[in-house]
Amino acid sequence: MNLDRLLPNLGEWLRGIGPESDIVVSSRVRLARNLADMPFGNRANAEQKTETETRVRNAVTTANLPYALEFVDVAKLTPIDRQFLVERQLMSRELASVLDGPRGVAFNETESVSVMVNEEDHLRLQVMRSGLALDEAWTEIDRLDDALEANLAFAFHDQFGYLTACPTNVGTGMRASVMLHLPALSLTKEIEKLFRSLQKINLVVRGLYGEGSRASGDLYQISNQVTLGKSESRVLQEIREVIAQIIQYERRARQLLLKERRQAEQDRVARAIGTLGSATMITSEETMELLSTVRLGIQLHLLDDLPPTTVNQLFIHTQAAHLQKLMGTPLDGEERNAARAKYLRNRLRELGSHQR
Amino acid sequence: MKCQRCPKPATFHITEVFGHAKYRDFHLCEECAQRHLANPDASLKAAQTATPPLPDADLTDEFGGKHCPACGLKFVEFRNSGRLGCPRDYDVFKDELLPLLDNIHGDTKHAGKQPRLQPLRQANAAERERLRGELESAIRKEAYEEAARLRDRLRQLDDPAPGA
Repeated sequence: MNLDRLLPNLGEWLRGIGPESDIVVSSRVRLARNLADMPFGNRANAEQKTETETRVRNAVTTANLPYALEFVDVAKLTPIDRQFLVERQLMSRELASVLDGPRGVAFNETESVSVMVNEEDHLRLQVMRSGLALDEAWTEIDRLDDALEANLAFAFHDQFGYLTACPTNVGTGMRASVMLHLPALSLTKEIEKLFRSLQKINLVVRGLYGEGSRASGDLYQISNQVTLGKSESRVLQEIREVIAQIIQYERRARQLLLKERRQAEQDRVARAIGTLGSATMITSEETMELLSTVRLGIQLHLLDDLPPTTVNQLFIHTQAAHLQKLMGTPLDGEERNAARAKYLRNRLRELGSHQR
Repeated sequence: MKCQRCPKPATFHITEVFGHAKYRDFHLCEECAQRHLANPDASLKAAQTATPPLPDADLTDEFGGKHCPACGLKFVEFRNSGRLGCPRDYDVFKDELLPLLDNIHGDTKHAGKQPRLQPLRQANAAERERLRGELESAIRKEAYEEAARLRDRLRQLDDPAPGA
């Protein structure tokens, strides 16, 4: 499969629509599942991994679902293609470059559903929705799980529920997460206080690319930690309540910014657009920071002519693998910074954007 | 895994040895680990008052030799890697896992979704077991017609018709 055809698409998580999409980028639910009669990935030999891959691949491609899942053999992909799928949130970094041996990922046309094979667990199902839509994501993944179970016997224990390689996932095997854009709470530094209180109620805060990654561009993922003893619906309800609170805090902080330092914010947004449109070298980190400011500027109506989805497109296209695909050639770090700046200059000129 | 003293993630895994073949594991975050290492006696007392004593099984070194008959994993290997080897491990190391699960999740009993086809599968497995027994005795009795019929039934169970 030629992955380049995905390049013009935004993917489900960056569509920029859905409830509360001024703050909530996307909602995601993932389920960990394992075959009942196979050792877990870290203890499986190459032959067993191949058998797992074959069985899951057959189940995934023949599942009775309203969409088709296309299977990609990760072991056969180039490093850039692997990174490309990581940037599109279709698979984990672990599956891309830490693990080896037979492994794969299947996903649908709109990139809202993906199934990783031979990750830490035999199967990692994922459903994404743009905006705050945890219930829809759950309904969809529940159906996917049932469809796959028709052809695969999953490891399930009467007391412990769905069995997983790591005891931190056992039970429901479910991790539900919401990606939030929280620039105003970051500016006012209230965010650290907020995160400390989330930790106390067993919610985890992570950066853009999951475990161990930094929060770039004021994007944060909030997810549940507990998978044993609470039902899926209870966990989803708890997250929903917390997210509703955080949305309120962020909105209040944004209003306060407008009230108390409108001019300064307007200036910050104008400078961000200015830098993006005129730099000749720019890192991915700086790009994400500036785009975060531009995104806030759009939400606060400090900026005309730039639809939020454009920010999403600039955001994804300036990631390392996307950029190299757009340029049609592998680039080292310095070359990437120059290519990124050139891409941004051209795109912003095309869009003819200007601040009010 | 969470630190045993505070809500932060545990990054230090310390095994304290008390005399002959008795030891106890600590899973702590950096801060709590430093406190623990600076004054292990006081820290130990605090731990003993804070958490109920672990079951005896956890104090002996027996599970160093205990291993899963299916995947061969020893519990010490799990301690080092944090990953189990196969689904059977949850039963093989149940006694050792229970306090750990309670520590991570605050619970040891699943609530929520169950595989919808699981009951059917389990019924099939029982039926298969019964048929296999009958097949063996049919072969012993040289009742080949009966054996062929049983074999066909078994095949049917292994590969159910679509929608079955």
